[in-house]
Amino acid sequence: MLENILAIFILIGAFFTLVGSIGLIKLPDFYMRLHGPTKATTLGVGSILVASAIYFSQSDSGISAHEVLVTLFLFITAPISAHLMAKAALHIQTPQSQKTQQK
Amino acid sequence: MKTPNKPKHNRLLPHPILTMVLWIIWLLLNNTLAPGHIVLGFILAITIPLLTTSFWPEKITLSNPWVIFKFFWVVIGDILIANIIVAKLILGPNRRLKPGFFLIELEVQHPLGISILANTISLTPGTVSCDVTADRKYLKVHALHLENKTDTIQQIKQRYEMPLIKVFESC
Repeated sequence: MLENILAIFILIGAFFTLVGSIGLIKLPDFYMRLHGPTKATTLGVGSILVASAIYFSQSDSGISAHEVLVTLFLFITAPISAHLMAKAALHIQTPQSQKTQQK
Repeated sequence: MKTPNKPKHNRLLPHPILTMVLWIIWLLLNNTLAPGHIVLGFILAITIPLLTTSFWPEKITLSNPWVIFKFFWVVIGDILIANIIVAKLILGPNRRLKPGFFLIELEVQHPLGISILANTISLTPGTVSCDVTADRKYLKVHALHLENKTDTIQQIKQRYEMPLIKVFESC
């Protein structure tokens, strides 16, 4: 039972990480490609970490709380790096897709 | 820039919230609740804010912990929903996407509030915050698929900015 739940979490995580990577390859311009990695880190890594927390809380002695920290650090750093890359791209005027709507 | 009614820094505990966070992080890092680590973590949590106090010019107070709690769960829920929507967009054909930039007029004034708002926008899939104008009035956001600009802006303002204004208005 527990193994099934863990498997589901890991599969969900793997799926969203894969979708993030596919987005990184196929999307047409730099700004759109930025959306791939942000997704991979939130739900992808998130659900793998949930699975890890459940597994290690079960098998080892005591609750495993490392995963909370990993999530916290990821959720703080990933948007900042995305923000800085987007800001730098705007600054050096990286080409945008033709369809991009301007403000 | 001294205002008369600014809360005064406590000498021993200049940033009580930072102290609490450091203490919890220390215990999480060591994955333990052993008495030795509780004491060591407490000593570190007291000394680190004292040594780095010049990096934190403003005292950060959190009013409305309940609002923060609710905000947290709203964001988690939105991340889940938006992930599925964006996964569909990415796996679908590129020509259906309508990317676009838009500007959000910022009502939240506190710098930490602005950074949390920008952070939240980037965390929820489909939108990445790109730039804050120098006067901190507008936030430039890129969206992977922008169907209706006014609706998107309205949603961000209502769901994310309103709670942040409530939390940081007193600072």
